[in-house]
Amino acid sequence: MTTITEGSLGAAVTTDQAALDAVRKAKQKDIVLATGGMIVMAIAMTLLLTLIGDLVIRGAARIDYGFLTSYPSRLPERAGVLSAWVGSLLVMLVTAFLAIPIGIGAGLYLEEYARKGWLSNLIEINVSNLAGVPSIIYGLLALGLFVYGFSLGKTILVAGMTLALLILPIVIVSTREAVRAIPRIIKEGAYGLGADQWQVMWNYIIPAARPGILTGAIVGLSRAIGETAPIITIGALTFIAFLPPPPVTGEFPFISFAWLNDGFTVLPIQMFNWVSRPQEGFHTAAAATGVVLIALTFSLNGIAIWIRYRLRKGYRN
Amino acid sequence: MTDTTTTLDQETRHQAAPGFERAEMPPAIRPATERDPLRARIEDFSFYYSNGFQAIKHVDMPILDRKITAIIGPSGCGKSTLLRSLNRMHDLYPGNRYEGKVILEPEGENLIGPDADPVLVRLRVGMVFQKPNPFPKSIYENVAAGLRVRGIKKRAVIDEAVESALRRAAIWDEVKDKLHGSAYDLSGGQQQRLCIARGLAPNPEILLLDEPTSALDPIATAKVEDLVQELSETVTIVIVTHNMQQASRISHRTAFMYLGEAMEFGETNQIFTNPRHPRTENYITGRYG
Repeated sequence: MTTITEGSLGAAVTTDQAALDAVRKAKQKDIVLATGGMIVMAIAMTLLLTLIGDLVIRGAARIDYGFLTSYPSRLPERAGVLSAWVGSLLVMLVTAFLAIPIGIGAGLYLEEYARKGWLSNLIEINVSNLAGVPSIIYGLLALGLFVYGFSLGKTILVAGMTLALLILPIVIVSTREAVRAIPRIIKEGAYGLGADQWQVMWNYIIPAARPGILTGAIVGLSRAIGETAPIITIGALTFIAFLPPPPVTGEFPFISFAWLNDGFTVLPIQMFNWVSRPQEGFHTAAAATGVVLIALTFSLNGIAIWIRYRLRKGYRN
Repeated sequence: MTDTTTTLDQETRHQAAPGFERAEMPPAIRPATERDPLRARIEDFSFYYSNGFQAIKHVDMPILDRKITAIIGPSGCGKSTLLRSLNRMHDLYPGNRYEGKVILEPEGENLIGPDADPVLVRLRVGMVFQKPNPFPKSIYENVAAGLRVRGIKKRAVIDEAVESALRRAAIWDEVKDKLHGSAYDLSGGQQQRLCIARGLAPNPEILLLDEPTSALDPIATAKVEDLVQELSETVTIVIVTHNMQQASRISHRTAFMYLGEAMEFGETNQIFTNPRHPRTENYITGRYG
């Protein structure tokens, strides 16, 4: 067996020594690159896991039913994050309701309908740049415009609007990328059957782009849920011992929007507040809050992965 | 026999094919003198891409009803561009411009006229692309797509049209048990026949095929060729192909294009056995292209 390889195949391949050396060199480069990549990845993962692990070790024990259902307190052992996680969820609700439809609409318009020209180029550059603007700038904008300009106050609505602005570029850019990734021949095939632009958009482009669009939306929301600076800038309170009025009521029309105009706090602010306290007990509470925040972010991502998986399966059949 | 045809051609050339004069045609062009009914007439047709490049130059060409018209020519000669003009695919990209006329018979409607809606044109002129491009949906939904676009919702109507199209595309027996399975699970050749079925389902007046077998293996190619020949009994077909044997095997009329001009148009047999333009002869004997 070995003879055959050496005699026929081997001889045919190895006649040129220079080519052989080149191949060997290329292979060595591959190995170097792969090893280097693995080391870098290992360092990054270790750091990340250490941070999370440290947080969990210090905070996990503090998390119990009471921690999740109590308001903050002067006494570290009695303090809880009820108002913070409810606040985080409500703010996220507003953010999602604003940023996702507007972002998707803008992305689809820019990619499919807008005339390509200097104006659309300018908008594209600006949208991409906006994604990199420090979040505190958005906070200042919201403070000037929403809180003082529109006199909306330091409410859940304003926080949701601020974070929606913050993640809008992320949603727009990922929508455009998802649409752009659809093969041209699929679009042409649909147009070739006599579909008009609306039909192509609704029946072919949006279904095919849905996983990508959803990923962008979730990445945006994951970023928004951890944002602290813009929320502090618009003046979120750090000590909230009440819950906003519930969105669902017992009387007609059963849905209430009063909570939108309520004061609030969110998990990262609660955490920030406790970290700056001198008592050791509050530091533990802060770590526990961090764990809750991470768990919330992970479950958000988990839901996204699950929906994406379902969509992919559904769409193919 | 040949002499009389030539004489006839020379006599009728001026009325039938005015565009050829500009292109310094030899006297041998065979224009639309046939008695077969026409499905479409391409008259003095030019096409400009958005960058100003004129890809088609004053082309005249008849398209016979329920016959296969093949367009051959070297790469970059404009044959695909011409084909894609016939169902206004160029309108999807801004800045492209048509000139001249593409008259759809018998109504005499100009498909590229200023008031012709590209979407409506595509409802009448279907297209099959170079690479199989099934939609990421089930086989059934792929074929039904053209009907749904036309607002047909009745399940029974769609069921019947899907089966009939799949039968006409000679793929029914292979897919009838997995109609609701993904179209991506089919082989490349099956996918292309599925795309042909998809194009047929809404009963287009003309079906355009843009190098439909260039991505297929010889067996799948043979199947598609058989299919196209069968289909020509019921639908008008225009096919662009790189493969000269294919054109000579399946088409009734052949046009030879070169640098955006239609150099020669005639019966396929005549083009391949007795080409009248030296460029055509060079091309079919393999001297370039």
